[in-house]
Amino acid sequence: MHPAFSVIFLTTLIGAGQGLFLALFTGQLYSTIHLVEAQPASFYALGSALSLALLIGGLAASFFHLGRPERAWRAASMWRTSWLSREVIVLPVMMGIVFLYGVFHWAGWTRPLIVLGDGALPIDPTFVLGLLGVLVALALFISTGMIYASVKFLQEWSSPYTIGNFTFLGTASGFMLAAAYSALLGNTLVGFFGTWAVIATLLGLATRLASLLRNASLKHKSSLQTAIGVWHPRIEQTSQGFSADSFNTREFFHHQNPATLALIRNAFLVLVFPVPVALVILAYAMESATLPIVAFAIQYVGLLAERWYFFAEAEHPQNLYYQRIS
Amino acid sequence: MKDPAVHHDAEIGRTEVKETTCYMCACRCGIRVHLRDGQVRYIEGNPNHPLNKGVLCAKGSSGIMKQVSPARLTKPLKRKANAKRGESKFEEISWGEALTLLSERLGKLRAEDPKKFALFTGRDQMQALTGMFAKQFGTPNYAAHGGFCSVNMATGMIYSIGGSFWEFGGPDLDHAKLFIMIGTAEDHHSNPLKIAISKFKREGGRFIAINPVRSGYGAIADEWVPIKPGTDGALFMALTHEIIKLGLYDRDFLIQYTNAAELVIDDPARDDHGMFYRDESVEVTRGCTDPQDKFWWDRNQGEVLTHAEGADPRMLGSFTMKDGTPVKTSFQLLMERVESYTPDWAEGITGIPADTIRRLAHEMGVMARDHKIELPISWTDAWDKEHDTVTGNPVAFHAMRGLAAHSNGFQTIRALSILMSVLGTIDRPGGFRHKAPFPKPIPPCPKPPHGPEAVQPNTPLDGLPLGWPAKPEDLFVDDDGEPVRIDKAFSWEYPLAAHGLMHNVITNAWRGDPYPIDTLFLFMANMAWNSAMNTVATREMLADQDENGEYKIPFLVVCDTFASETVAFADLVLPDTTYLERHDVLSMLDRPISEFDGPVDSVRLPVLPPKGDSRPFQDVLIELGARIGLPAFTNQDGTAKYKNYPDFVVNYETSPGSGIGFLAGWRGKFGDKYLKGEPNPQQWEQYAANGCVFHHELPRSYQFMRNWNKGYLHWARAHGLTRWAEPITLHLYSEVLQRFRAAAQGKWPGRQPPERYRERIETYFDPLPFYYEPLETQRIDKKRFPLNALTQRPMAMYHSWDSQNAWLRQIHSHNYLFVNPQMALVHGIEDGDWIWVESHLGRVKCMCRFSEAVEPGTVWTWNAIGKSSGAWGLSAKADESQKGFLLNHLIGEELPLTTADGSQHLSNSDPLTGQAAWYDVRVRIEKVEQQEGQASEPQFATMKPLPGQLNRPRQRWQAYVAGLFGRK
Amino acid sequence: MTQLALVIDLNVCVGCHACVTSCKQWNTSGWAGPMVDENAYDANPTGTFFNRVQTYEVGSFPSTETVHFPKSCLHCEDPPCVPVCPTGASYKREDNGVVLVDYDKCIGCKYCSWACPYGVRELDEQQQVMKKCTLCIDRITDQTLPEAERKPACVIACPTNARLYGDVHDPDSEVSIAIRERGGYALMPEWGTKPANHYLPRQKTRMHVTEEDLQRSNNPLTKEDITVYSGEETLDDVSW
Repeated sequence: MHPAFSVIFLTTLIGAGQGLFLALFTGQLYSTIHLVEAQPASFYALGSALSLALLIGGLAASFFHLGRPERAWRAASMWRTSWLSREVIVLPVMMGIVFLYGVFHWAGWTRPLIVLGDGALPIDPTFVLGLLGVLVALALFISTGMIYASVKFLQEWSSPYTIGNFTFLGTASGFMLAAAYSALLGNTLVGFFGTWAVIATLLGLATRLASLLRNASLKHKSSLQTAIGVWHPRIEQTSQGFSADSFNTREFFHHQNPATLALIRNAFLVLVFPVPVALVILAYAMESATLPIVAFAIQYVGLLAERWYFFAEAEHPQNLYYQRIS
Repeated sequence: MKDPAVHHDAEIGRTEVKETTCYMCACRCGIRVHLRDGQVRYIEGNPNHPLNKGVLCAKGSSGIMKQVSPARLTKPLKRKANAKRGESKFEEISWGEALTLLSERLGKLRAEDPKKFALFTGRDQMQALTGMFAKQFGTPNYAAHGGFCSVNMATGMIYSIGGSFWEFGGPDLDHAKLFIMIGTAEDHHSNPLKIAISKFKREGGRFIAINPVRSGYGAIADEWVPIKPGTDGALFMALTHEIIKLGLYDRDFLIQYTNAAELVIDDPARDDHGMFYRDESVEVTRGCTDPQDKFWWDRNQGEVLTHAEGADPRMLGSFTMKDGTPVKTSFQLLMERVESYTPDWAEGITGIPADTIRRLAHEMGVMARDHKIELPISWTDAWDKEHDTVTGNPVAFHAMRGLAAHSNGFQTIRALSILMSVLGTIDRPGGFRHKAPFPKPIPPCPKPPHGPEAVQPNTPLDGLPLGWPAKPEDLFVDDDGEPVRIDKAFSWEYPLAAHGLMHNVITNAWRGDPYPIDTLFLFMANMAWNSAMNTVATREMLADQDENGEYKIPFLVVCDTFASETVAFADLVLPDTTYLERHDVLSMLDRPISEFDGPVDSVRLPVLPPKGDSRPFQDVLIELGARIGLPAFTNQDGTAKYKNYPDFVVNYETSPGSGIGFLAGWRGKFGDKYLKGEPNPQQWEQYAANGCVFHHELPRSYQFMRNWNKGYLHWARAHGLTRWAEPITLHLYSEVLQRFRAAAQGKWPGRQPPERYRERIETYFDPLPFYYEPLETQRIDKKRFPLNALTQRPMAMYHSWDSQNAWLRQIHSHNYLFVNPQMALVHGIEDGDWIWVESHLGRVKCMCRFSEAVEPGTVWTWNAIGKSSGAWGLSAKADESQKGFLLNHLIGEELPLTTADGSQHLSNSDPLTGQAAWYDVRVRIEKVEQQEGQASEPQFATMKPLPGQLNRPRQRWQAYVAGLFGRK
Repeated sequence: MTQLALVIDLNVCVGCHACVTSCKQWNTSGWAGPMVDENAYDANPTGTFFNRVQTYEVGSFPSTETVHFPKSCLHCEDPPCVPVCPTGASYKREDNGVVLVDYDKCIGCKYCSWACPYGVRELDEQQQVMKKCTLCIDRITDQTLPEAERKPACVIACPTNARLYGDVHDPDSEVSIAIRERGGYALMPEWGTKPANHYLPRQKTRMHVTEEDLQRSNNPLTKEDITVYSGEETLDDVSW
């Protein structure tokens, strides 16, 4: 598939936005039960703003993918059948929750509604919003992942790993950002978020490696034999039927040589996983305030590469029909 | 969107449907043009048309884009005074100025020396008028593109069976059971052939394609037999060998309808050796026919006149006539000829395994013999014998340029004609069938003038510019035996050049050999590009000046619809219309669209007004004729005789009162006559009311065996199709060729060739077919140039020239050289690499494409896809010029000189007919080094847009919607 | 339910591209138009086509088959492109099974093209909406057209009649009979898309010539026995 930057930014930005929200709420949860130091309202408000900014950025990027963005509103109509439609519904919900979560924190509307566990667990509106947000973020990860995983023709994508990757890598980048954010603020949560970021990154590594391994030995269901229905071991296309390019040769091909592909794969394998993890550990050891920021930045760049590769590695069966000009 | 189910196309805009005839290629299908608010909305095949029966090809369906092409010429143009030829700098002039300029120049030439004017037209189908214009002008220098197209096919078959593949005949696939297509992949009459082949295949017919390349219709053949280019003659000889050896020939057919059993004088000492033994005292019809004064050897009575009552002639043997003359039957001579042409011999030449050749011969022979068709159609032969049925041997062939465009093509096609005759398949069901006005006498009656005295100032030419020589006296040479025509057609160099040699006109005129000319008028011929051989040199010759700064070809007039490469070289450009903007006739006097069952002709009617100041070429010729004062176009008082072309078509008769005109249908005052009849002022209206087509279906008893069908022959004579109702016996043995050979041997009482041609004539004018290596191959180093290079036209552009067509060019915007991977990998060449292709003339750079459907000794490409930068209204960087290439640069119009030639230049053509030997070219390929860049070569200076060319600002998008396009 | 479809006969398709341009000319000015061309007279000319003819080579020299292969939307019975459309622009007609795009609803997200394994949807790069074969819906449903013309333009144009058109759910239709009797098959059956369009395979006619065919009593050569006996010695002269 052709790696479109609109979609690369959409998925990585909202992934990080969702992840950051998850991080913020994880922080809130831990502080509620006093496992970590409580943070001021501004921490959550600003964090939510950052998360919201990422979600908006992703949404904005997605418009570049649309031929007719002015009609984007129509995309919410087919939620019964279309994962894309579901994403289009869930994403604004997510944004709304993040917004409210931030506003509630900022406004200090944090009076507990009920208190559970003998006063140990006060449930305030932000907590409810946070819990809801976690569910919606998960739904959004699933919707986004399913847009790709549900296209059965793209066998590289059509696996639970795709959901895992979108979820874990988005979460990882979000926690990584939370660590960087904390480092920037100079609070005490850097190590906390960093630890979770490393865990999510390692989970992401597991699913991503699994998907790479799976794809490496993937046997494509379609072949030139099934594509044209002629049973002979040697079939070559000599003409795709037209001399220049077309939508079919632009949308579904990356037009890169295998070396570039390998380079980008290796790059993301380094930039997304070992480098940020090492930097986080190093930051913990050195108590550095800048390294977490660097870790996030590097991981995000790595994720751009990862997403690029995600598209490029997917072989669409339609490509069998568009091989050669003559 | 509106529900499509309630969308009615006819309710959008003002719609009309007009019928006319397509001209996106030479096929000429009937079309219905749907217009919406004056723009073409949809072109569909006319379901009532006998040719295409409602279907339409890719080209016909893209006619809309022809109308909107930015390459359209819309103004007469004159080369700017300070500009050089080829620079494409022009100024607009009016039609008045253009015609005055031209008529003054031509009038002067006509008064001084008419042959200084040469008129050559690329596309035929207007030859009735253009040929007549040339004759009226008095110049012998006229031809259409047949000489570089397929004249070998026309002559090779017409000199053998009195008809030919093409518009004049074809395979009867309705009845055939075995169809062999050789040396063609696609052909015009393309839609009818497509219709017929698919029906044939669906009905279980067996289809074999013999071709170096598996493409075109060959794709759906049951079997592909790859063959080396230029070796088809060897295959035919070997097939004939095997068929005769096994007795699989049709003995009765050969005796009755061919000269197989006729007796040929066999005494090398005599001057009439090789001529038929004749009794010239017998009272038979003589003239432009094959007089029936020849003999058979009857089993019981010995010598008898052919077709003697009750005779049982010998097919084979040597005999002695009563007067002591030793004779042999033609068939004996043929058998002796094919004796050494064994399948094993042919394997080494053709690359086809001998067993395959034998099997093919067996399939043909057994199918012809054991699967006969008997149609319950009674007919009477020319010797008054009644037949209750028509018999068919259902083996049909089709062949075209793959055989013809070799310098051994004439004899190859003779060999094919003989194979078809030996199988007994001529004008019989399931075999080859004629189309009116064929069959004609062998050879047909029209002859070229016989000497320079035929060309006189202010006088029409005495004779026809083109014809069919039957003996040396029919040649168009002077007393020294030297050519009178600029292209040397009908000279001893190319005696049977029935279609002229357009491919040598520019070179000869440039060299002044045989003489310089003044004005060259090219109509619809891209002689600075894909219609020329040796293109690079041709372009130089067109622009070459002598020491005084005079152009070697002083004045060049180009009439075309589009800004072709040739337009850039013109001194005067005349903008023609498209086919949708004019009247045209597809005339019985030229190349009609007849069917097997009878004559068909058709017309075009304008469905749109001419764009800009473009004018139909025919109108221009008629006005020009009147301005110059050509007799056929002027009244006694010097005024113009005809208003315009439509007026001319209706009223012109070949001679006063002949009743024969350009159109065969609805003749006579009341439109009740056909073929012959006085002019009918309502003729155009009658055609319009009948789908633009006239079709006369012959009675069933006249539809077969027409060479010898008394009813048909008399009908044809009565309707002016032919002058003679004599049987047209097939020429297995060609006495016509022997006459030229005898002249070369000094044994002919009349004209003899100049010394330097004697050996050539003696060798190639063999009365029986033989195989020889193509002439260029004989002259070059085959080790250095090991590959044959071929071209084909892709179906979406077959016989069209549509790089200016926005839709068709998307299918083929550039071309590759197809190579067999086995061969390419030996040269270190990979699929898609840039490569050099080199011939003895030079080299071109192009991209290669691997193909398993090409014989490894052959490379090939789609022809005429490559264009010169800026031509045809395309941008300077269009794929056609940057990635596409033209193989023509590598193909010589003349043979490479050898020391034996001295200063004698010989055309790269068949030595009998002058057919351009496009497919003889041999090449080598090599990989392009990386630093050599990624554009095809050679490149030429970008052709500038012309004044009046539809110079819409070049937009990125073009969205054609009829009724809205280009309108606010 | 009616399911209109094409059956494409590869046995007779010669790859002439008539279906490609007849489609273009009908549809560019029709309900589904325009079909835009980009760089129409420039480098890299590219445009929207609903139908393409491709060429494949099967086997190696000299046993090579050249297969011309026309391809347009297959109007799947279970079209994967339809449910993925987020706006409902892609839909399958209930009355005749034709898969269509409503350009007014299409947002140009291209997702439907991802969900088509056959590569038959093409984005109009100027209008930025998805376009595809409509089976000439504005011809086949236009009751004002004579019945013989209520067919897709490609079917009417095809010179080899390699494109059959009809209802594949009607067992007695020409298309159903062709599929049944001549080995009609679907493309990429592995995906379960159930394309309505089918293809008919190549069929070969062979001829079998036996030895007996070549040695017949009525061989005309036997009529040409013209050996001349000149009195040379025979066994009759020397033996007893």
